[in-house]
Amino acid sequence: MSYISLSDRDIKEMLAKIGASSLEELLCSIPDDIRLKRDLKLPKALTEPEMLYHFEETARRNKYAEYLSFLGAGAYRHVVPSIVDYLSSRGEFLSPYTPYQPEVSQGTLQVIFEFQTLICQLTGMDTANASLYDGASGAAEAVLMAYRLQGRRKILVANTLHPQYRMVIKTYTKNLDLTIGEIVYSESGRVDFADLNKKLDKDTAAVVIQSPNFMGVIEDLKKISESVHNHQALFLVVVAEPVSLGILESPGKLGSDIVTGEGQSFGIPLSFGGPYLGFMACAKEFIRQLPGRIVGQTKDVEGNRGFVLTFSTREQHIRRERATSNICTNQAWCALRATIFLEALGKKGLKELAWQNVQKANYAFDEIIRLKGVVPKFDGKIFNEFVLEFERPWPEIDKFLRNKGIIGGLSLEQFYPELINCALFNVTEMFRKEEIDRLTESLKEALK
Amino acid sequence: MIREPLIFEISDEGKRAFFLPELDVPSKKNILNGVPIREKIEGFPQVSEVEIVRHFTRLSQTNYCIDLGFYPLGSCTMKYNPKINEKIASIEGFISSHPFAPQDLVQGNLEVLKTTEEFMAEITGMEAFSLQPSAGAQGESVGMMLIRACLEERGDPRKIVLMPDSAHGTNPSSAHICGYRVQEIKSNEQGTVDVNDFARTMTEDVAALMITNPNTLGVFEADIKKIAEIVHSKGGFVYMDGANMNALLGICRPGDMDVDVIHLNLHKTFSTPHGGGGPGSGPVGVKRELEPYLPVPVIEKGENQYYLNFDRPKTIGRVRSHYGNFLVVLKALAYILSLGPKGLREVSEIAVLNSNYIRKNLVKEYHLEYKAPTLHECVFSDKFQKKHGVGNIDIAKRLIDFGLHPPTMSFPLIVHGALMIEPTETESKRDLDLFVDAMKQISREAKENPEVLKSAPHSTYVRRLDETAAARNPILRWNKEIEE
Repeated sequence: MSYISLSDRDIKEMLAKIGASSLEELLCSIPDDIRLKRDLKLPKALTEPEMLYHFEETARRNKYAEYLSFLGAGAYRHVVPSIVDYLSSRGEFLSPYTPYQPEVSQGTLQVIFEFQTLICQLTGMDTANASLYDGASGAAEAVLMAYRLQGRRKILVANTLHPQYRMVIKTYTKNLDLTIGEIVYSESGRVDFADLNKKLDKDTAAVVIQSPNFMGVIEDLKKISESVHNHQALFLVVVAEPVSLGILESPGKLGSDIVTGEGQSFGIPLSFGGPYLGFMACAKEFIRQLPGRIVGQTKDVEGNRGFVLTFSTREQHIRRERATSNICTNQAWCALRATIFLEALGKKGLKELAWQNVQKANYAFDEIIRLKGVVPKFDGKIFNEFVLEFERPWPEIDKFLRNKGIIGGLSLEQFYPELINCALFNVTEMFRKEEIDRLTESLKEALK
Repeated sequence: MIREPLIFEISDEGKRAFFLPELDVPSKKNILNGVPIREKIEGFPQVSEVEIVRHFTRLSQTNYCIDLGFYPLGSCTMKYNPKINEKIASIEGFISSHPFAPQDLVQGNLEVLKTTEEFMAEITGMEAFSLQPSAGAQGESVGMMLIRACLEERGDPRKIVLMPDSAHGTNPSSAHICGYRVQEIKSNEQGTVDVNDFARTMTEDVAALMITNPNTLGVFEADIKKIAEIVHSKGGFVYMDGANMNALLGICRPGDMDVDVIHLNLHKTFSTPHGGGGPGSGPVGVKRELEPYLPVPVIEKGENQYYLNFDRPKTIGRVRSHYGNFLVVLKALAYILSLGPKGLREVSEIAVLNSNYIRKNLVKEYHLEYKAPTLHECVFSDKFQKKHGVGNIDIAKRLIDFGLHPPTMSFPLIVHGALMIEPTETESKRDLDLFVDAMKQISREAKENPEVLKSAPHSTYVRRLDETAAARNPILRWNKEIEE
């Protein structure tokens, strides 16, 4: 195929205008000794029907879709209203660049302004940015932000923060004068307060807590916030399942200083892990240290309301090495999808969605723990995920379920060596009662 | 003209757009006893489906986009985004895969990733790739982290990263994040790195040179191999910013120029849509020496199947969750397969032709600071128009009235009042001529009627916006004091 729009005659005319005899002549500034003197070793070009055939074949080698899967752990299967796909696939949203020219980018800018507003409303914070890459890098950016704000050298991270997020924080902070300490969990699955209070000190810049945490358990944010603020540290709350914000009190009301998280649940398909949507919100006084794009409202010369990228003196293209982050391209189109999703669900819909998640997950949980050979690992309240501990080796049960067409939970031993034969199960509104019952029945057989 | 309100301003109690099925499990009260619950989400919108569809459709119509016309943002490579790639990236078997799915059930996805890595390696002449970085800037920081990790293992991470003064703003920022001090190299009269000067600047304190080739002026750094030799002789690494790879496909390869690390921007060279500011994808390619440090997991090809390898003791770790922006990578792979080796070379040849055609046509009307031959982009300045009190921003805003998108203006910093033009290969001669004619007319207007430029644009949904006021009196969200 080709996406060139020039005819042979055009090329000839253009070369003549330039005064070059050939296309090759235009490349004369590239020295001969570094030229590639052969064709690239790539398959020959395919036509559209061939490509479609090829990729449909490839997709069929993914057998995952044939299974009933209870995987979650930071990536969730939720309902997507049809207007999300329809509206977000418009070329006017899909094919522009970052809105550097606001007069011809009001659509993108107003959408981001609405997105920022929705994120503020959900998190209970004053200010939000236009998006970050994903929840994991968002958590790392929040840590860097707290470090800049505080000038202290220690960050405490709950070890119930998503393991990948913790890895990214480690990578991002490796070359800084900063130590990362971990806070363990208690029997409830929540943060161990004794451990938190023992480790908090005057060097602590921030404490990072995920809620609902990686074990699915809802943290007592208010209580944690009091401890954190007693030490003048910043309280960073990570939300990996933002549907929970439809029903749980906002982190802002419970004392958070920075809230960051993963927005994939809002209208973005699982997509084998990306693109997803990082978001970040903070208290007003911290805005100069917020990373990423921010859209603000202003007026044009005729007094009409309009929107622009603002506070760009924080950013790399102005501040260069002293920027708050090197982020440039972020996830605007994913933020658009989230905006359409949230506006379609609306005030009642999002609450109902959250409520259905709580109900269905708790239904599954209650049904399963009645079985012999399995116990709940933690007793804390859950949102839409829970950890089960099995008497028999998890790999055996997993295999049994696989033969029944079910992908059970995520094995936790790979992330927490002490959680032997424990698995994390996710149940969202997408699971019908029969499907949940099928899981319970299959587990019952597996545990016989 | 209808002025589209914010969604919050048309919200009213009881309106709804989406309905969930009734709960089919027994509902339990007190299920969240003791957990703080919110009564409502204050200010959250309540609107109908029709209202949402019209809202977004109207908003979309205030956007300029590549589907509408010429978009010559320099160094952004705003080429046409093929629609078949969107269709491929919406195939259910791809989009429904969970990232923690058992590896034997996502062999198709792993094949997509591995094949793309191999193709990227062939295209760039590098030896291994990681597709994890989410966008160019993250690719840059990964590249710098790899260099740092390798130098640390040798015993000294070093202190300085060198880069030409023509570098993109993300370069200094990325180097800084990795703990390096940035030292700029002054460009010579050709706008390139001067080898003799460079040889004096390069020391054993320097971890790496970050270089863009062709550079942000569109000029090829012809001495790249000599420069690389100097860097290597002092034990440093050459990092190439691949933002301008669209000039080089099938013509020459960074790997053959002795570059050690490169990042690519799939949303530039490989045609994936920019989405109004992302998602992008910024794969990083390396030579063997840096391969052990790549982010985890890496995808390996076993005897019968692909698998993810997490057991990499020297890895820098992770920079994001999972395997990168998978769907973006998928679209880039589709693009490569649709063009093949000949088609990719043609991309670069025609991108260079289109840029030189514009350069030739405008060189009388606009000042060209650097006269060296250029490849896929050219950088003019507003020097001639400045005499009439007209700046690059006025020229840019006036272009909008002609139904065209302005060029890049914020860099390179070495050209004052820059107009950085990158037409890309997908544009027709008619579109190029429309741009040339508009630029010529604007140049005339600058002399005859500068006011029309300073008050431009005249034809848009909003006129020129007050960016100073936006920063001085920040309104960053909608707010209603008391909710009904």
